[in-house]
Amino acid sequence: MKREYKSVAEISGPLILVEGVAQAGYEELVEVRTSSGELRRGKVLEAHRDWALVQMFEGTSGLDQNSRVRFLGRGVELPVSSEMLGRVYSGSGRARDGGPEIIAEKNLDINGLAINPTARDYPNDFIQTGISTIDGLNTLVRGQKLPIFSGSGLPHARLAAQIARQAQVLGGGQTEFSVVFGAMGITYEEAEFFMEDFRRTGAITRAVLFINLADDPAIERISTPRMALTAAEYLAFEQGHHVLVILSDITSYCESLREVSAARKEIPGRRGFPGYLYTDLSTLYERAGRLQGKSGSITLLPILTMPEDDKTHPIPDLTGYITEGQIILDRALHQRGIYPPVNPLPSLSRLRDKGIGAGKTREDHANAANQLFAAYARGREARELAVILGDSALSEDDKKFSQFSEAFENKFIRQGENENRTIEETLSIGWELFKLLPEDQLKRLKPEQIKKYMR
Amino acid sequence: MTGKIVKIAGPLVIADELPEVKMYDVVRVGARKLIGEVIEIKSDSVAVQVYEETSGLTPGEPVVSTGEPLSVLLAPGLVTTIFDGIQRPLERIRAEHGAFIAKGVDLSALDLQKKWLFVPTAPVGAALQAGDALGYVQETPAVKHLILLPPLSAGGELKSIKAGEFNITEPIAVLTNKAGQDEPVAMLQKWPIRKRRPYARKLSPDKPLITGQRIIDTLFPIAKGGTACIPGPFGSGKTVVQHQLAKWADADMIVYVGCGERGNEMTDVLQEFPHLKDPKTGEALIKRTVLIANTSNMPVAAREASVYTGVTIAEYFRDMGYNVAMMADSTSRWAEALREMSGRLEEMPGEEGYPAYLGSRLAEFYERSGRVIALGSGAREGSLSVIGAVSPPGGDLSEPVTQNTLRVVKVFWGLDSALAYARHFPAINWLKSYSLYIANLEDYYAAEIDEEWAQLRVQAVSLLQQESELQEMVRLVGMDALSGREQLVLEAARSIREDYLHQVAFDEVDTYTSFRKQYLMLKAVLAFYQAGLKLLEQNKDVTRSFKHPLRAKIARLKYTPENELQTMTGLAAEIVKTLAAL
Repeated sequence: MKREYKSVAEISGPLILVEGVAQAGYEELVEVRTSSGELRRGKVLEAHRDWALVQMFEGTSGLDQNSRVRFLGRGVELPVSSEMLGRVYSGSGRARDGGPEIIAEKNLDINGLAINPTARDYPNDFIQTGISTIDGLNTLVRGQKLPIFSGSGLPHARLAAQIARQAQVLGGGQTEFSVVFGAMGITYEEAEFFMEDFRRTGAITRAVLFINLADDPAIERISTPRMALTAAEYLAFEQGHHVLVILSDITSYCESLREVSAARKEIPGRRGFPGYLYTDLSTLYERAGRLQGKSGSITLLPILTMPEDDKTHPIPDLTGYITEGQIILDRALHQRGIYPPVNPLPSLSRLRDKGIGAGKTREDHANAANQLFAAYARGREARELAVILGDSALSEDDKKFSQFSEAFENKFIRQGENENRTIEETLSIGWELFKLLPEDQLKRLKPEQIKKYMR
Repeated sequence: MTGKIVKIAGPLVIADELPEVKMYDVVRVGARKLIGEVIEIKSDSVAVQVYEETSGLTPGEPVVSTGEPLSVLLAPGLVTTIFDGIQRPLERIRAEHGAFIAKGVDLSALDLQKKWLFVPTAPVGAALQAGDALGYVQETPAVKHLILLPPLSAGGELKSIKAGEFNITEPIAVLTNKAGQDEPVAMLQKWPIRKRRPYARKLSPDKPLITGQRIIDTLFPIAKGGTACIPGPFGSGKTVVQHQLAKWADADMIVYVGCGERGNEMTDVLQEFPHLKDPKTGEALIKRTVLIANTSNMPVAAREASVYTGVTIAEYFRDMGYNVAMMADSTSRWAEALREMSGRLEEMPGEEGYPAYLGSRLAEFYERSGRVIALGSGAREGSLSVIGAVSPPGGDLSEPVTQNTLRVVKVFWGLDSALAYARHFPAINWLKSYSLYIANLEDYYAAEIDEEWAQLRVQAVSLLQQESELQEMVRLVGMDALSGREQLVLEAARSIREDYLHQVAFDEVDTYTSFRKQYLMLKAVLAFYQAGLKLLEQNKDVTRSFKHPLRAKIARLKYTPENELQTMTGLAAEIVKTLAAL
């Protein structure tokens, strides 16, 4: 049923109010033709007996009260097929690479449906990213959602690209691997960096890109990650691919959400963000995972820039409550020239313990990782103390821990952008570093492990 | 009664032409009959919170009132089952609709066809009152499901009762009520989730809920029938603590509510619990567990209902005379659901946008815990302990949900991100946390563990306190400036932290420590301190004892299996003797 109206009563920010609408469905897709003939899309935010409040995806500039509004009787959908691989779309799902529209196998509602918790399969396959701070300490597993908390000027894009390039599952079967990239409000250069990297490595042929750049309409960003995740769900659960989804930058996404909320005059929560930000973000992040009886998986790597590197800002804060850990980039490490500047202490992978150990990585992995964490934490503390009191004030043990933490940063954390370390190599570096410490302080390691690996 | 939708905004639907509807009645919304609940009544319209996705609803669709409040079904079939926030059976939804939760699913919470073997215990002719047992169903090897006369029954004389296999709606007995009429009784009961189930009277808690987690049992115990909260920033290990409690707490029944949290966490419970053995009964842990899962991406209104669904089921088992423990992870998400609905209703907000009634709702919820004498002539004693996780934004405990929770709960386990960064788990801060049950439990400790337990505990707490003061000093003047006695305090406190409080949930042995083992361990850890004091008395260099090989033995005590505890009995005395003679 297509119904057309010419009764736009109000236009305010990204919203328009259409009067005299008899039956607009909640979340229904809307097409608006401006008086100049341009076609824009939006969705119903509030449906009333007499009116409908519509949020325009591509902004309201150029709209007037003579615009013609058509209700399409369905939600926002994405046409999908395996031909999507290698294609570049705009943030609202239109071809951006000049290529033809794909022949859709089916159209999927971009909001998706919640996965039944009983249908999930627990993520427990170790992904080797070749990056020691991730593999060794904050291990990524297939089907996990692990965000990168970054700050402006930090090399999160390089890190994400390195992960996309190097990620592999040890002894994994022949299942196909693909990448879905959703860009929200990032610069042309940053988007180009990813595309160039995908082209250089040939990954572009098994990638689907949804690009909303900084100068594209801000409201379009609200649907971009949903498009990306819908494509990922199709590839993972219908085509059996292992899909790595990179979303950048979640902060821009949340700001668009705030813009719509403000235009609706909703009661704001912290820092002006809407009270439902947690729920909204969870409907993105929770789409990652594995399903029982399906060979594919969605591993989600959202990137967000923390305003003023503040982890307690609502965006990183709420993200951390939903995702299964976080990789935190550290400005101090970056300024000392250490790449990748991952601070392992506040970073965390909640699924690590299910993905490592005998048969997956190595039997000593968990204990070695815990010992590295504990020793590095103590070393940092000792270093802070030494700054105030001088080295001489440290106990013998603390001096060793202090040296350990320096060596840890330079040998374990630091690595090349194209350096792909195996998990064996990563663990060996760790054991090498333990030699700097007194053996009676290695409380997290088992004596038999010390005997076996401390050579 | 049929009304019409006027407006849809997210989970809130406004309907009119529903004149006789009551507050909190369940209504079916739209052509797909989505489940909703009336939360506001105005002169010409009612507001409905809808427990399912509302996308696609249009104004003008019908709204039908069922005339009943939101209730749960209570009967055999609850145990080992996983429900969503409004008690829909997720496993059967999956069997019928696939991996994704479809809209408008209409399935009964419990299997109405399944037959259960009912064993009568009440004799014909007995005068029965509400809460009296008719008999039982052995639902799982771990749970004997008592069939009680419902709380609102007026009672009467038992005219007949049948043994055998019945489904939950078939009559199993006939009661002659006071007016002389016959009333058939089936196993199935219904109870509205927002109303607490009645009991005869409440008692003060006097026994600990033994969790096998050393920092909890030793320093900050919760009593059976008590309340506790675990606030902490993300990544500090709230969920691991909750899971550990669900696994090892010595309760008869566990109700675990995953409220607005991660889907994988529920999957973890579902996949792990069938393989874990209850240390008490030897049965799989899932055999005593009921799960409620309303993950963060499932509809927000059902999240609000999920904690009530959970607590009502927990009360039902409490009434059978069981010790029930309920975990709610996380109450903050529940409060946020409340805030979201309140915002959509355009209510005047209180602090941080939360509705002004946040505090009273939280208090009402936690007050449903307690140790009680249940209804009925048997004077059955049951308890319901409630443990709520709180997720304060940015880890800031001054926010309204934490503050309102702290006003009603008696135990506070404050999680600390600094501890979590150093991978000291459980990351419960020993300086900020507290338990108000210690006085209630003193008699139990003296009788069941040891007379000296209370004293050991006080000594451990005092050493940790002194450590934090001394650390301030070390930061200013360095380690060298400390006296031998002070160095001993630091070393002993470090041992308490690393060798005793630090506990690895993923280690097969360390994951659970019995009270007996806790006592032996703590005694050994503190023996090092006693020995040091003796050295100081003799004016000897106390630091010589710091590197003694016996200390490595103390550090490994946590890995001593429960069936080898006899190897630990003489250790404390040996430590004092050996170290003090250095």
